Amino acid sequence: MNKEFTPRITSFLCKWCSYTGADLAGTSRLQYSTSIIPLQVMCSSRVDPVFLLKAYLSGSDGVLMGGCHPGDCHYETGNYHTRRRFALVKEVFDSLGLESARLKLSWISASEGPKFARVANEYTEEIRKLGENPTRKSIFL
Amino acid sequence: MNTTDNLRKTIKTLISEKKVDLFLGWEKGSLPLSATPLFVTTGEQAERAIFDVTCGNNLSIYFTKDKKQYANKKVGIAVKGCDARSVVLNILEKQIKREDVVIVGVPCNGVLDKKKVLAATEGREVLELVDNGDTVTVKGKGFELSLNRQEILSSSCLACIYPDAQEYDFFMGEARGEVPNEERVKEIIDFQNLPDSDRWEQTRAEYQKCIRCYACRNVCPSCYCNVCFVDQNDPKWIGSTCEYTDSVIFHVIRNLHVAGRCVECGACERACPMDINLLMMNRKVAMEVKDRFGDVAGLDINGKPAMSDFKEDEKQKFIMG
Repeated sequence: MNKEFTPRITSFLCKWCSYTGADLAGTSRLQYSTSIIPLQVMCSSRVDPVFLLKAYLSGSDGVLMGGCHPGDCHYETGNYHTRRRFALVKEVFDSLGLESARLKLSWISASEGPKFARVANEYTEEIRKLGENPTRKSIFL
Repeated sequence: MNTTDNLRKTIKTLISEKKVDLFLGWEKGSLPLSATPLFVTTGEQAERAIFDVTCGNNLSIYFTKDKKQYANKKVGIAVKGCDARSVVLNILEKQIKREDVVIVGVPCNGVLDKKKVLAATEGREVLELVDNGDTVTVKGKGFELSLNRQEILSSSCLACIYPDAQEYDFFMGEARGEVPNEERVKEIIDFQNLPDSDRWEQTRAEYQKCIRCYACRNVCPSCYCNVCFVDQNDPKWIGSTCEYTDSVIFHVIRNLHVAGRCVECGACERACPMDINLLMMNRKVAMEVKDRFGDVAGLDINGKPAMSDFKEDEKQKFIMG
């Protein structure tokens, strides 16, 4: 059977910007990838590294994080902390030999519905090229 | 005057002048290879204090793991270079107040790793240990060995660049500053030069040894969450099996949770019963933190821990869109 591969992308979206942005994309009737599984968090800095690793090792083909633009955070500095943490998570993924390309962070504000749709589509396309998460076959949780 | 005498004298003065209510130091352990923490409240007890190659315990863990005991008390503490960084980190993270703690630095030439000594004696029990500087003599039933100091030092000490306290009130001798050490990066660079799949295999093999006793977490001065993520039931982040999937999550996440906070004291590795190389990834992350954010954990008492600080114009190439 030659079924087209549909990735599953776990997305942690911040309540004030990215999730509202995704909402806007929906209400403006923009078509975006169905691979995105949105999860609302109160702030992107709420996302502990364990969320990302758990999502990845549980078989998500990609993990997307969305936060407010730097300087726009509802809690003023949350996304700056996210940025530092995310840089380290990516570095650790790289150095352990895991695919850090499957982790993405994007700044999407509440008014950027079209941007959300674009990021969702582009990222899905990227993951489709990478193929299925290899740990899905080898790791059971 | 040697370090031990000097330390005893300082403790006595501190106690008699009522500058501290309690002093944390080391005393000779009931087993020859490890010193025991000593809690000094009177002048006589100070006579038991020692400092030598067996004093591996990072005493600063008492500030965070036994918080109630130390609240509103003036506490003195004897510290090696790494312990001093832990104390500074505890101060920065507002676990203790600087004015409540008297830091007494001791000149450290490294502490031993019990597992390495036992490997050298081929498992025979050591009954006596004498520190002669460059060599260490171990005696047991029917054998006496003279071991090269470098061979039995903890791996954290072999890669140490801050052997002496950088922040202290009293120092027993003369404090050296930063000591360059090539060893520190060698292992990491070798590992990073391997291809991706080899690295992952090696990581997996290393963490597969883990029996999830959490000794590394319990002994870590930077690990003091009220409820650790591995103990949480709802939501349950990771299973509690010894399967490598669970172990990998545990070690990688612990590594990230102490990112920018690990002082590389090596307590985790010395406590590990399965001889897992825990420090390499910690060092790797510490290097990355220094390169990216220019911060070394526990050095600057006026600074901020790397992960609770930020600059507005950091590089963000990895961000999409």
